[in-house]
Amino acid sequence: MAVTGVAMLLFLVGHMLGNLKIFFGAPEFNAYAAWLRTIGEPVLHYGWFLWLMRLGLVAAVVLHGVAAYQLSRRDRAARPAKYAHRRQRASYATRTMRWGGVILALFIVWHILDLTTLTVNPRGQAHHPYENIVADFRNWYADVFYIVAMLALGLHIRHGFWSAAQTLGANNARRDRALKALANALALVLTCGFIAVPVAVMTGVVS
Amino acid sequence: MKLTLRIWRQTGPDEPGRMTTYDVTGISPDMSFLEMLDHLNEELILAGDEPVAFDHDCREGICGACGMVINGRAHGPERTTTCQLHMRHFTDGDTIDVEPWRAAAFPVVKDLVVDRSAFDRIIGSGGYITAPTGAAPEAHATAVPKPVADTAFEHAECIGCGACVAACPNGSAMLFTSAKVVHLNVLPQGAPERESRVLDMVGAMDAEGFGGCTNTGECATACPKGIPLPSIAAMNREYLRALSKGR
Repeated sequence: MAVTGVAMLLFLVGHMLGNLKIFFGAPEFNAYAAWLRTIGEPVLHYGWFLWLMRLGLVAAVVLHGVAAYQLSRRDRAARPAKYAHRRQRASYATRTMRWGGVILALFIVWHILDLTTLTVNPRGQAHHPYENIVADFRNWYADVFYIVAMLALGLHIRHGFWSAAQTLGANNARRDRALKALANALALVLTCGFIAVPVAVMTGVVS
Repeated sequence: MKLTLRIWRQTGPDEPGRMTTYDVTGISPDMSFLEMLDHLNEELILAGDEPVAFDHDCREGICGACGMVINGRAHGPERTTTCQLHMRHFTDGDTIDVEPWRAAAFPVVKDLVVDRSAFDRIIGSGGYITAPTGAAPEAHATAVPKPVADTAFEHAECIGCGACVAACPNGSAMLFTSAKVVHLNVLPQGAPERESRVLDMVGAMDAEGFGGCTNTGECATACPKGIPLPSIAAMNREYLRALSKGR
């Protein structure tokens, strides 16, 4: 859970920063998207870096999901009888890790169909990501789904980052507060950074 | 004080149990929670009923024998053991739910008594040191730096009551096992088994059917001895270190 989670988190930081290039206009954003395919040349063939990245990410998502499933199965088996006196346990972010993860998995499927394969994109013109994004976020349902998923992502990272530090043994009594603060900061920056794009399209800043 | 108690009654390990309601009167705010149950049991015995079975021993908060989930919290509303919880923390007329520790690895024996021998087996798998027996060694023969001694003592405070397992939504024993591992692994006396201890104790913990850790932090909140949550990270660090050494 921790290793795949940290790998995906690193990708998300890069992805979010790349997304923000949309504020520099269509030519620059589209050129950035085209450049992603040329990374590693001439050692790598055109587009290979992107495919290697996709392969790694799919592996991370699948392993993360399988580990979550196995852990949940084990945890449920360890507490067969529930308490009669029910009360809320742990923080909201902690309690929503499982269902939040499911929301994120569904989002990833839609996100790829929408902006990678362009299957469900209203414009769907290859090599014109800027125009596709703008066409996409002019639909209210795309905005709602995207923003809900990004809020779920923020909550997931808030607990997940610190939890990964615990699992990997990186936490100790002195670092505990700093790691929790860093988790909150990462969650906030990533959520705001991602949400900035649909908000900019909705408000007409990006068009 | 007058209280309504809803207590889990179960006649045997394989019998079905249920929450049973009792009205108790004449409770002094100075009574401990266990004294309040003693008071209830005296009334039950006089009425010819079966008294409520619960574990207890020192009643000083240092042995770890007592423990029950009170209103959904292990050891009740205060951060202490059930024997050191006093009725002044409740108000007259309260309804209090009393349940046994719930975990697959802690089967109910009767009423509020659970079998915690899974903890004994975890300790047996690595909670020891190799030392020559015979006369006690000279006290200054092995120097232990003060911060190390403090860390060891902080973890040695664990009384193995099982509140961490009871509080964890996953029924995980990570906090207990980490207290035992860290206590001995930081000390020079524990160094010879440093790697095998963590591997064996985590292996024993998993074999007992405890759940996995999702870092909810409920265990450290419930712990009457204040074993800190980062202890779990310390155990994970020891585990990774032992794996990398290939032992």
